[in-house]
Amino acid sequence: MPMQVGNRPFFEGVDEAIHDTFMVNAVSSAQDGLRGRKLSATVGDDALGDWEEWRSAGEEIRAHTINHLDYYLKQLSDNFSARGGHVFFAETAEQAQEYIKKVVKQKNAKHIVKAKSMVTEEISLNEALTDIGCEVLETDLAEFILQVDHDSPSHIVVPSVHKNRQQIRDAFKKLGYEGTDDPKELAGFARRTLRDKFLKADVGITGCNFAVADSGSICLVTNEGNANMVTAFPETQITVMGMERLVPTWKDLDVAVSLLCRSSVGQRLTTYVTDITPEANQEAVDSPKDYHLVIVDAGRSNALGTEFQSALHCIRCAACINVCPVYRHIGGHAYGSIYPGPIGAVLSPILGGYEQYGKLPYASSLCAACSEACPVKIPLHKLLIRHREKYVEGGGHPPVMEKVAMKGFSIGASSPLLFRAGAKMAPIMLKPIVHDGSIQKGPGPMKPWTHGRDLPAPSQENFRDWFKQHKGQKTANLDKGTGESL
Amino acid sequence: MNGTIENRDSFLRNIASKLNHTSADASQPPAWEHKYMPQEKVYQKYSTEQLVDMMKKACDPIHTKAYETTSDKLAEQLDKIIADYGAGKVVATKDERFSKFGLQNVLSKYDVYTWNYSEGHRTIDRAAEANIGLSICDVMLAESATAGLFNDKDKARSVSLLPETSIVIVPKSLIVPRLTQAMQMVEERVQKGEEIASYINFISGPSNSADIEMRLVVGVHGPIKVAYLIVSDL
Repeated sequence: MPMQVGNRPFFEGVDEAIHDTFMVNAVSSAQDGLRGRKLSATVGDDALGDWEEWRSAGEEIRAHTINHLDYYLKQLSDNFSARGGHVFFAETAEQAQEYIKKVVKQKNAKHIVKAKSMVTEEISLNEALTDIGCEVLETDLAEFILQVDHDSPSHIVVPSVHKNRQQIRDAFKKLGYEGTDDPKELAGFARRTLRDKFLKADVGITGCNFAVADSGSICLVTNEGNANMVTAFPETQITVMGMERLVPTWKDLDVAVSLLCRSSVGQRLTTYVTDITPEANQEAVDSPKDYHLVIVDAGRSNALGTEFQSALHCIRCAACINVCPVYRHIGGHAYGSIYPGPIGAVLSPILGGYEQYGKLPYASSLCAACSEACPVKIPLHKLLIRHREKYVEGGGHPPVMEKVAMKGFSIGASSPLLFRAGAKMAPIMLKPIVHDGSIQKGPGPMKPWTHGRDLPAPSQENFRDWFKQHKGQKTANLDKGTGESL
Repeated sequence: MNGTIENRDSFLRNIASKLNHTSADASQPPAWEHKYMPQEKVYQKYSTEQLVDMMKKACDPIHTKAYETTSDKLAEQLDKIIADYGAGKVVATKDERFSKFGLQNVLSKYDVYTWNYSEGHRTIDRAAEANIGLSICDVMLAESATAGLFNDKDKARSVSLLPETSIVIVPKSLIVPRLTQAMQMVEERVQKGEEIASYINFISGPSNSADIEMRLVVGVHGPIKVAYLIVSDL
């Protein structure tokens, strides 16, 4: 199933994750590091001027682009093909897979090198190409580690954040590695292993950080140099982009790249910001001879024209993930989607539906740290609330008990008589499970709460009675002239 | 020759209908004026000397060494830097500025191989075997100490990518405040309908990764060492 990670129900994944001490520690320390770096490179960088103005510029560019997505995609594809590149528009993940398989088969290609790309994870491209007999090698260090260890990404910028160096060393042993768990030595092994593969590969596949509509260019933002290798030596190049990942002009690209580098890893610019346009005369020897651009919808258009449209403004910096208290405790895999964290909880139900991802919007404390961190001002926490509303209204299949409880509450709260009766009955009904003034093991819907903490028992005196009594006292005090207020 | 475009009409029709656009909307450039342009306000009053200072300071965090010289001592200084980085096999881009800057003798001394696309894959092999790659930048971004290279068949991307050390000569007149000015240069060409380089590469120091326990490793798939040689009167 495209986009899916693992096959456990959401809450089972959460239960497992919160007990994985190494993972939780690794994730919190990565979050702290990335968040600190982002702050220094954004609000903390005085030379940059007003960071809020940068965010507004980002929001303005992204909102304008998505509002005119049809125009800019047409312009991009016209310009890309005018330089000899081929463009395929894929409405579904399957269409994208089929087109790419067709290109690979036509070239009789066997060896494929890939640079990190979440959209290719989303459309399960590796599996599709492996199925037709290709060797598909991930070349980003984190993705390479995950591929060797048959694992999946848990963060969109640092996909192997949940793994420690010993686990990585053990994974590399499968490829004949005999060194220590020193990160430098491990990275050196990846360099030696992959160098020859880059130079001999038939096809290179990348994602796309931003396409530039007015020139038909593709911009890749990386640190390791692997994307440059992937785009230089194979004769055939395939870039896969989510349909929303473009900007109108190079001036807009400036803002978008600046926001991305600073918000994702706290760098002024990443080591490589590489802009590729199909080469019209094809004379260079370290340039693809045949360049394909695959533009993928795969559910994105579900958000267009709806209250969720701003989710398509996302530039995939993961700043929201790096401040999320829920992600901090459950890591990425528990979400069951390759897009975790706040943006994942907003995006996954749009792309994959409420049936499968409707519970993810509950993985949020609604503290709004995500909205504040977002460099293009997506109101993430508000979108999470809207998802919850739609889910309970029947957008997915919310739990029957929750529906019944909400219905019951709605009836009870709309009648003063029933409400009073309910408030009086609560302490009596719950008495059998109250111990020492609290409920430690609640039944049914209380269970998830009492699993983590005690639930205070309902007070014998309800608020209405208390208020009535105190109001009486206040009136009495006022009469006596004390002026004590409530 | 134009490439192919497949499945576009139905794809864009779906988007247009969701956005309540008519087919005319999709063919008209949307009018808009940017309300926010913070990028144009920063470093406006910086002198060239301040930009050079900023660039040198930005080299440290990206593990890059910056040297400075004048055009009359450029050959001598380059000779010394090549020796300091272990010389060995050296590859250079095919760039007429090497001879214009009087560097032919240094290139001959180290038997430097000049990129030659007509040799096909062999020229890539020569670059892959080299210890040092020599390039001259097309623009330098002071804010992030980023060398902008407009790569083509002669000024090859492989030269700054494959060897373990990349040495980039930086004429001071090419130093601009930040990415903004470089992107404006490209955008002007696009607006005039002029061809842009097929590979516009902004490189800030050696390749690196923090993918293992968030610990920084310098030198992954690209160069392990990068040095800039600023020429203050060019």
